[in-house]
Order: sequence, then structure tokens, then C-alpha cells
Amino acid sequence: MTDPKRVIVVGGGHNGLVCAAYLARAGRSVLVLEAAAQVGGAAVTREFAPGFRVSAVAHLLHLLDSKVARHLDLARHGLRLAHRDLKTVAMSDAGPAIVLDGPRVIAGDVSDADRRALLEYHRRLAKFSHLLAKQHGRIPARVASGSWREAFAAIKLALDIRRLGRRDMREFLRLATMNIFDVLEDNFESPLLKGALAIDGVLGAQLGPRSGNTVFTSLYRASGHSYCLPQGGMGALTDAMADAARAAGVEIRTSAPVGAITLEGDRIRGVRLASGEEIAADLVVSNADPKTTLLRLLGARHLETEFARRVQNLRGRGNAAKLHLALSALPRFQGVAAEHLGERLLIAPTLDYIEAAFNPAKYREHSTEPALEITIPSVYDRSLAPAGQHVLSAIVQYAPCNLGAGWDKAKHTFQECVLDVLERAAPGLRGLVVGMELLTPLDIERQFRISGGHWHHGELALDQFMMLRPVPGAGQYAMPVNGLYLCGAGCHPGGGVMGTAGRNAATAILRGPRR
Amino acid sequence: MKLDRQHFRTAVYQTPFHPRTAPLNVLNLWHRWRDYTTADGYFDVGMEYNALRNACAVFDLSPMTKHLITGADALAFMNRLVTRDVAKIKPGRVGYAVWCNDAGQVIDDGTIFHLRDNVFRLCSQERQLDWLHASALGLDVAIAEESDDVAALAFQGPTSCAVLKKLGLAGIEMLKPFGLRVFTFAGTELLVSRTGFTGDLGYELWIAPGHALELWDRLFEAGRNYGIRPMGTLALEMSRIEAGFIAALVDFLPADRAVRTDRTRSPFELDLARMVDLDKPNFTGRRALLEEQRRGSRYRLVRLDIEGNKVAKDAFIYDARRNVVGTVTSAMWSPAAKASIALASLEMPWGRPGDELFAEIYYQKELKWSRITERCRVVEGAFYDPPRRRQTPAPDL
Repeated sequence: MTDPKRVIVVGGGHNGLVCAAYLARAGRSVLVLEAAAQVGGAAVTREFAPGFRVSAVAHLLHLLDSKVARHLDLARHGLRLAHRDLKTVAMSDAGPAIVLDGPRVIAGDVSDADRRALLEYHRRLAKFSHLLAKQHGRIPARVASGSWREAFAAIKLALDIRRLGRRDMREFLRLATMNIFDVLEDNFESPLLKGALAIDGVLGAQLGPRSGNTVFTSLYRASGHSYCLPQGGMGALTDAMADAARAAGVEIRTSAPVGAITLEGDRIRGVRLASGEEIAADLVVSNADPKTTLLRLLGARHLETEFARRVQNLRGRGNAAKLHLALSALPRFQGVAAEHLGERLLIAPTLDYIEAAFNPAKYREHSTEPALEITIPSVYDRSLAPAGQHVLSAIVQYAPCNLGAGWDKAKHTFQECVLDVLERAAPGLRGLVVGMELLTPLDIERQFRISGGHWHHGELALDQFMMLRPVPGAGQYAMPVNGLYLCGAGCHPGGGVMGTAGRNAATAILRGPRR
Repeated sequence: MKLDRQHFRTAVYQTPFHPRTAPLNVLNLWHRWRDYTTADGYFDVGMEYNALRNACAVFDLSPMTKHLITGADALAFMNRLVTRDVAKIKPGRVGYAVWCNDAGQVIDDGTIFHLRDNVFRLCSQERQLDWLHASALGLDVAIAEESDDVAALAFQGPTSCAVLKKLGLAGIEMLKPFGLRVFTFAGTELLVSRTGFTGDLGYELWIAPGHALELWDRLFEAGRNYGIRPMGTLALEMSRIEAGFIAALVDFLPADRAVRTDRTRSPFELDLARMVDLDKPNFTGRRALLEEQRRGSRYRLVRLDIEGNKVAKDAFIYDARRNVVGTVTSAMWSPAAKASIALASLEMPWGRPGDELFAEIYYQKELKWSRITERCRVVEGAFYDPPRRRQTPAPDL
């Protein structure tokens, strides 16, 4: 029999496309089923106002797996960068912004002590996050599997930590579970600088700077490369991935939402589309988040009790909203030089500002003065807006998915809060707005079919990482149903536009089931 | 009987039968079973046991944990919960079952009453509400804790059928083992099942608590000339070991209570392979049990007939080369089998029929401890298994 095993990939997000491409290159017959009219999942470029396009959810590229880019030759398939090495601009009501280029301060009022501290902070961050990045591309070892190979993988991790050297290892173990607030207070003077650095620990998460786990999320964010803007928005990246997948022989069907993953006895039979069409497969690989895949598409009844409960209890309520503005002209942000308007702009002036923005989220309320990560991608990428006009894309924290008051009621109020914050930073901005879109986590959940509207398909935390991701006992991409795999951000190493989960899943699938 | 907000002020409850059991308990022997006080013995444990094996005996079963499971997915739920195929337990039938965690380790055992379509009652030793709710995820079922809402008596022994007939339960002799039937009694529903924990002919009677005393009185009235006696936990325990049945917290540790992973047991390791249907596409523990079947089990539960007359309580079991291969979990001198008998958990591969095994028994006479090593024989099935247990029509002498 030369008939290759038939694989269905549920969902054409970046990880699904990457996984499909790797499987097809290994000779599998692969069909990708995407519910939306275009592939890309949450890494897409959408028109939100006539003539204005924007990266709909993820808006900066900085974690992309370089192996994926190389193996799939994404450049050949059309991926271009509009700009690379974006600087970070920490804006303040009070005075000029601080502009950071990696570890260096290139503008702003920063003491020499802070400048030195920043260099050391970055040195450590780079060293520790490199350790983390090394784990990304590995299939996590199971605990107590009894397998030498997996024990060896765990030993490798221990050795990596030991190789940091005595001082840094101690520091790593001290820092790893700390909160970013304490770390920044220990090391820096400038409130504005501290706010800018803290944002990395809380973006996309149900965490404030004082929450535990925020050093880990900061390290995670630092495990990538510098911030880049794909030419044509994030959709250009996933288009290139789709192109690479097709070139490898993958068949992609869009507007084909999967209604159910079907079983025959204790084995995968295939999928049933929402239209009722049944498609048989030997393997089903789901790019959907773990809850959607296991509880909704498969059904908890086909899972064992403890496993189903773990999936049910997975933490993954989105807390970041996305604001898109169509602007008739380039806005002016106070204290920001015109040459820096295309960079990564932050409204997070102090640690307390971010913490205060987080406080309401604990009680299922949205921030009234949110923290923002803003990009105006049209500065570098003219394809996104009509000539002379611009698009602004902002990640807005905090906006709990399960808002107590309900988003239908509160969305307008929240939108006004965000615009007020923006207007204060860029007086006159409201007058430039010709189109607007606010995506709450609930909108993200509905439009992008992600449980809880969480970018990472589940909170990124030490207790939901590596072999514990998505849940203990399922850290190796194979789910406890024969023939079912996960390949999305809900798996190790998690979210952000990386493609590593898809690549790892393909590796796990190709090496076959393990005892 | 709904718990009121002051329920915590009462540490231990009395069962609906307490007004009758209390005066009969001349030994004043009680222990706490769940939230209820329960008689260990009434007048003479040996005589209570004799009543059970030779006439009939009544055991207050009310503290038993009971859950009512209803809904369109009730059968699917039961099948996901337990290791056996519940579709084979038809409406009007009862089945013994065990359930496991994901690791295939036994959480508890109990009986499933298939009352009618989509309605099951699950009786168990341990509280299970949290586990049942967890197991209901994604299924259309309602789970009600009804332990306090149903009063129950175990009525067991060779004259039990005759007494029930005299009580007016017409046709009771035709009720098959593991069958259940609803009778009208004192203007209410009396559920009778031919089940029990004694390995003898016997029944369990289930009724609303408000009618409990009337049931007790009329049962004792009907049994007056049939040797009816109340029976406590100690006599029941004797009959349970003779029947070869296992008990939670005695012969196995409920998996949800275990801290040490090697202390739990799978159904295979409790000699319950017949209760496991791996052809069912999904139930909790299935994947682990398939794996155990492939790799082999760690332990084997055996029934041992031990030479001599010493009770092998807590004895170590040795092989012929004096290696410890296991321990006794339940032991007694069996009046019915006229033998020292025990249940024991042995390391694999020990416990095959014909294996040479020895029990090291410690015993004392007048405070002087002695030790003896006795040869053991692996017995298949119950130690005491009277034919009346299975006969239909049941003997109604």
C-alpha cells in the first residue's frame, strides 16, 4: 500500500498551516478545513473600514520560529517585512517619551544608573529567555514515563539551567516565579521605564504587574526576536504559509467549518462539517483551542473524567481587547518625535497605572484607564490605508471576556474610555477618526472561534507550560483519543505567532504514538 | 429529608429505624457510618450470624450512599462512569459495578439499580457526588444525592423469602437474583431487590423514611415464627468475607483517598476482570486498563483457605522460599466453611491456583503471643455458596 495516511487539519491558523505543510512534505495526504473565508486564524489582515486594512488580532511579528520560516521558505512564498527592529516608545503625559532600541535608550530622560541597569536587565533577559527558547522546539518530556529518552530530555533541561553558571542559575531560579513589579522596583528608578518594561509581562494575560508568573511571561516574550511588521499585515505571513502548504501538496478548503470530530469505536473516523458533509481521515489534527476541540467538537463524553475536567478547568479567559482606528491623517502623540510614530508606542506610564488598570479585571469589570500597546503600521506599510491616511492598531488591557455587565451593554462605554486615553496622549486624535473597530475578547471568541478570546488558547503560565500544556497528561500533542492531535497555541510552547506548536505537532505525529 | 441550615450542629444522625434498633441494641455497640450511628451488634454477634445463615436477619442499610441519576444520557453516563457494560443491566435489574479514575484505579464499588428507562440508582460505600458531577460533563443527566431520602433494610437468610410472602409481597419468590420489583406497601412504594452483601438468599428493602418504622414492625411481626433477628455490622462482615466480597477501605483503598500511587488497585488486581468491558469505546480508566492488560498487573486479589484454626488477621503471605509476596486484607474463622479463610492481596505472579503459599499468623492465648506458619490454598469463588442464593423460585420454607 502506497496510499499515504489521510490527515485532516481542523483550522487554518498559522500553526495549522505549518503543521499541514510539514506533514505533506513527509508524504501525508493533508486536507486543511478552515471555517472562515480566508486562512490565517487570528493572524489575518482584514478590512475594517472602506480602504483600511489591519492585522486583526496579532499585530507584531516577533516570535516567528526561524526554522519554520526556513523550512517552509516563507520568503519565496511571498513574505516580506515592511519594517524590522521596531523601537519601543514609552509615552508619558508629563514629558518626552523614552525610546528604547533593545537594551539601549536612544531618547528620553533616563539616568545613567537606569541605562546601566537596562543593559544588565537585557543581558539576563536574553540569557534566560534563550534557555526558554531552547525548550520551544522540543516535545516536552512526560513526567514519570519510565522512558529513558524522556528522562534524558528532562536531564537536558536541568543541564541547560546549570550551564547558566552559578550566579545566573541562582538568579534564574530566584526570578523565574517572581512578579515583574518587584524585579523592576529592585532595578530601576524611572517610573516610565518600569511601566514600559512591565507591559511585556502582562500583555494578553490575566495578570497585573504584581501578579506572580509575570517574570515568566516577560521571559517568554523576550524569547523571540525584535518586533517586525510583515508587509501587508499578519495576513501576509499566513498567506505565505498557506502558499507553502499548497506547494507541499496540502489541500485547503475555506468556508468549511467543522461541526464535529467523529469517532468509530475508540478511534477517530474523521470530521463532520457544519454543512453535514462527512470526511473520513486516519488522523485529525486540530488547530482549534483545546476546549473547542475536546469539549465542543469531540465532546466530553468521549473523554475520561479527570482529563475532561482538566480541560474544562483550563485557565484561558482573554483580557485583551483590540482597537482599530481608521485615521484621516497621522496623529501626533505628545512627547513623541514624528520619526518614531511608526514604532511600538506604549501607554503604560507607571507600574501603578498598569496595576490600577488591572484591578477592575479581577472583578469582571473593564479598565476605565487601560494600558495600551499601539502600532501605526501604515507608517511603514502603505498598502494598509489610502494615500495620506493611516490605520492605528492597539492592544487594550484590560477587558475581561466574561465581563460582569455583559459586553453588549458595556462595549460602547469601554470604547469611549479607550478613546479618552488615546485623546489625552494624542490631542486631536478623535477628530481624525473616520472608521473604528473594537474587538472585545468576546468578539475575538466569536469571530475567531477561540474559547475565551484568549490569544494563547489558554493562559500562559508555569502551571500550563511545557509538559503541563494544555493539561497534564497531554503534553505531547497526541490527545487521549486514538488518532486525535492538537497543534495550536494551546500546546507547548504556546501562543504568539510562532508556528512552533504546529512544527512540534507534526514531529510528534510523524514519529507515531508512544507507549 | 432535606438538610436544614443548622445541620452542622448535629454531629451524628440517627437512621429512620433508630427508634427500633436502639432498644434492641442491648450490647450498646455502635459505630459511625457516614453521618449515621449504626449498630455493630445487638445481642450476640455469633447468634446474629447464625440467624442470618439459618433463619433470617435484618440489617439497617439506611446510611448507604445513594444517588439517583436521571436524564436522556443516563445510560451513557453510567457507561462512562463504570467499567462494565451497563446496557446489559436491563430496566428492573441490578448490577454490581466498580468505577475507576483515569489511571484505571478503583475509586469505589457499588450496585446499579436500573429502576426504569433513563433512571438509575447508584449505591456505594463512599460519597461520590463530586466524582459523579465531574463524570457528567457534556452529558444530559441530573444527579441527586438521595442518601437521606431513602430508608433501607437488608433482609437476608434462608427464611427471608417466606417472611416477605407472609408480609404480603405476592410473587416475591419469582424475583430472580439481581432483580428488583416495586410493591405497594402501607399505601406507599416499597422497592424490593434480590441483592445483598451476605452471599445468601436475601433481599434489600427500600422505602421512604416516613414509612420506615411501619416496615420494620410489620416485617418483625411477619417473621416472628421464622427466627427473625436484627443483625449488626460485625455479623454482616462475617458473611461478606465468607461470600468472598471485597470492601472499600479494607480490601482496597479508594483511589481518590490514596496519597501513595502503589496503594491503589485496578479492577484486574481485585479479581474483577469480569466487571471490565474493554469493548466499550470509552469509560474512565479504559486507556490505563488497556495498557495494564498489555503490560500485566502488579497485584492479584486471592481467596485463601488456610490450614489450622487460627485467624490469619493482617498476616504476611510467603512463598516457599520465605519471600513475602503479599498480605491478608480480611480474615476470619468461617463457621459455614469450617475453615480459617482470608482475602489477600499478592504481588504478581503469585496467587495462581496451586501456588505454594504460607501465612505467618500471630495469635495470643492469655496475653502470650505465638507465631505459626500455615499452608494456604487458593480458592476460586465464594467460601460459602448455598444453592438457595441462586434458586428461582426462591425457597420459601
